[in-house]
Amino acid sequence: MAGMEPLLLEAAADILNGASKGNSALLHTGFDALERSVEISCMQAGYREYMEIKDRLNLPLIESGALVVAWDEEQLAKLPGIVEKAHRNNVPDVTQIDRNALRKREPFLSARGLGAVLVPGEHVIDPWSAPLAYAHQGLAHGGRILRRCRVTGGNFDDRRWRLQTSLGEIDAGVVINAAGNHGDIVEAINRESPFAITPRKGQFVVFDKPASKLIHAIILPVPTERTKGVVVCRTAFGNLLVGPTAEDQTDRDSAEVDQAALAQLIDKGIEIVPGLSRHTINASYAGLRPATQFKDYQISVQGPRRWITIGGIRSTGLTSALGIAQMVGQAFAETFGEMREQEPIWTPVPNLAEDRPRHYLTPAAGDIVCHCEWVTRKEIDAALEGPLPAGDLGGLKRRTRCMMGRCQGFYCAANVATLADGRFAP
Amino acid sequence: MTRWSDVLILGGGPAGLSAARELRKLGVKQVTLLEREHELGGIPRHCGHTGYGLREFGKLYTGPDYARRLADEAAEADLRPRMTALKIEPGGLVRATGPGGMEDLQAKAVLLAFGARETPRSARLISGTRPFGVMNTGALQQYVYLHGRCPFERPVVVGSELVSFSTLLTLKHAGIKPLAMIEEQPRIIARHPGEWIARLGFGVPLMTNTRLVRILGQDRVEGIEVDRGFGPEHFDCDGVILTGKFRPEAALIAASHVEIDPGSNGPAIDGYFRCSDHTYFAAGNVLRGIETAGQCWREGKAAAHMLLARLESRLPQRQADARVAIQGPLQYVYPQRIYRDAPTTNPLLFKARVSRPARGRLSVIVDGATVWSRRLSALPERRIDWQLPYKNMKNCQQVTVEFDAA
Repeated sequence: MAGMEPLLLEAAADILNGASKGNSALLHTGFDALERSVEISCMQAGYREYMEIKDRLNLPLIESGALVVAWDEEQLAKLPGIVEKAHRNNVPDVTQIDRNALRKREPFLSARGLGAVLVPGEHVIDPWSAPLAYAHQGLAHGGRILRRCRVTGGNFDDRRWRLQTSLGEIDAGVVINAAGNHGDIVEAINRESPFAITPRKGQFVVFDKPASKLIHAIILPVPTERTKGVVVCRTAFGNLLVGPTAEDQTDRDSAEVDQAALAQLIDKGIEIVPGLSRHTINASYAGLRPATQFKDYQISVQGPRRWITIGGIRSTGLTSALGIAQMVGQAFAETFGEMREQEPIWTPVPNLAEDRPRHYLTPAAGDIVCHCEWVTRKEIDAALEGPLPAGDLGGLKRRTRCMMGRCQGFYCAANVATLADGRFAP
Repeated sequence: MTRWSDVLILGGGPAGLSAARELRKLGVKQVTLLEREHELGGIPRHCGHTGYGLREFGKLYTGPDYARRLADEAAEADLRPRMTALKIEPGGLVRATGPGGMEDLQAKAVLLAFGARETPRSARLISGTRPFGVMNTGALQQYVYLHGRCPFERPVVVGSELVSFSTLLTLKHAGIKPLAMIEEQPRIIARHPGEWIARLGFGVPLMTNTRLVRILGQDRVEGIEVDRGFGPEHFDCDGVILTGKFRPEAALIAASHVEIDPGSNGPAIDGYFRCSDHTYFAAGNVLRGIETAGQCWREGKAAAHMLLARLESRLPQRQADARVAIQGPLQYVYPQRIYRDAPTTNPLLFKARVSRPARGRLSVIVDGATVWSRRLSALPERRIDWQLPYKNMKNCQQVTVEFDAA
């Protein structure tokens, strides 16, 4: 949105509080994506741009690769098809490996693995720092973000939009609907929504850090029609993640975890990596992904209505975000006139990934507040200041990782509450 | 730069401070203790009610006063708060960080006294939303006693261990009456004084056979669902305090070369409090779930004598004579490794816990012969301990602890 005066409205107290909150934090190559789809072109463009800009925004990349593991003969028979599809999807380095090569790569994986498809380019990233860095860059270029601002309606007078929001009326030349799980509701302000969102819940369990030594690659199942299935992977923060489930629901905001489902995920994790039975759970969470009746993203530009729709962005959204932005930026320029090119201002974010030096390792780190995730007081202070300070405790946790470790706040919750008292952004 | 000491103690709670005090009394010169918090004392720091120190110091203290007394007693050691151990490496090398930056510390022996913490909501796999207002006693006590604030007004207390009654005292201090105390077992876990506190009761209803099944609310807790055996029941409340189910704070050990017992989740030790790397020792609640501060204090003291024995090369360097095998519904037994040599006149102390409520007979079998047994009726979070004279371990090759339970 270079050269514009973009205003981002977020209904929640902080950004990244809806569909973006609870994903599996993977950077996808698109090897198994829907062929010739909008989704795959956005993913692959997003992947390329992430690789180009990650260092300048101080974003991590855990180069894990992925293995689509066949656990029985039927799945084994499907592997060549997966390789062929990957090649058709322009991911040429995907190959099939045999049982021995699989064992060699992943010695702690269950010995039942019969073979796998190796996808070297699938990686693990930080699900919150990346979008946060994009937001910071947007702000540096003159954008604004209003939080706790829910859009409730709007009128179009053939020239401009007047949106009704919980913070009053807002005037806009063009509206971009990127409302995630509320996408079809916001779309209805403009037109009868061509898509209906059925939030699809994904639950995850996060194992404690020592468990991350048990695997190197992202372990994927052979996908079924409905879902990519349960993934076992490391996280950028040094944990091990098992999930998601895939459950359709009607509630768009409330993602509950369920004891039986979590227990099943743990069992599934142990089935795939038996050594997990000796490891403990740090956290569990559930995310809602805006699934629609369509397999592909729902992106369109309605020029005369001065409205752009970005809907149905499923779990691949973290990867495709930059690609969607490219596509929408180009469509915006073509429809509504050129945008001024600006030299990008780089807004690096604090590193939270375990594979690179964290703040507590620096000489003047000062006191550590969160002892599980080794979060310093200075990091917490920084997240409560600056151009986009944390809007609530969840935002503070996502920016720093405080209270996100194995004790979940037993040691630091009260200290964090006192540090943050009266300092959350309105 | 590497800083040297005779003994390095990691953790400044009752076990660590007691060991520091005893080591100095025994004449060990360079005793260094690292504590990651600003204040020494460990968990008692934030247990504002009384009940501490009677057996150690002949006087009843509140937790914070007891914490200060522990630190005063250990003052001859080099006590270093705000120092976080980051990594423990073979042979007694410890990497740490603090106000002065990163540091390497090397000692002839290291005592791991990291303590324990309660199991959080996530690891209990409780269903529902994840709003603010669900916390452990440890967090609540820090809110109330260290920060003078209380995060809710009508919470439910989950659990009935000793710490659960500490929670009631904490809430009373904050002027708050919880809606109820619920326990999924058929009886209260805590022995006295828990039952007395419950009976004196502060008028808090105590519901046994009651399981928390779901947490409700978006930003804040709005209610819970419990199951008393006839389907879910709804209660309005604004907080959930998950008490007890302590587990060792042993992440640094789990990330190291030192062996962890998957049953206790703490380091596996021998009868000398010694870990699989003989430079490392462990004492206090890092070995198990939880015991009282007084128990940890005594254990730290006992461990100090073993640390001295190490410095004086009086401990065997060979592989252990036997590994303790467990049979029946036992969660863990420690020591996990046995030597037949007695370094002091003290008998060999065993501690154990059951993995489910059970009644039966607990026996120790050494090389096929039952050397000790007793009847046992136990609940999972209750401590079980017994002593055996070292002569029972003579020539031991196989030691089995068996709980023959229905």
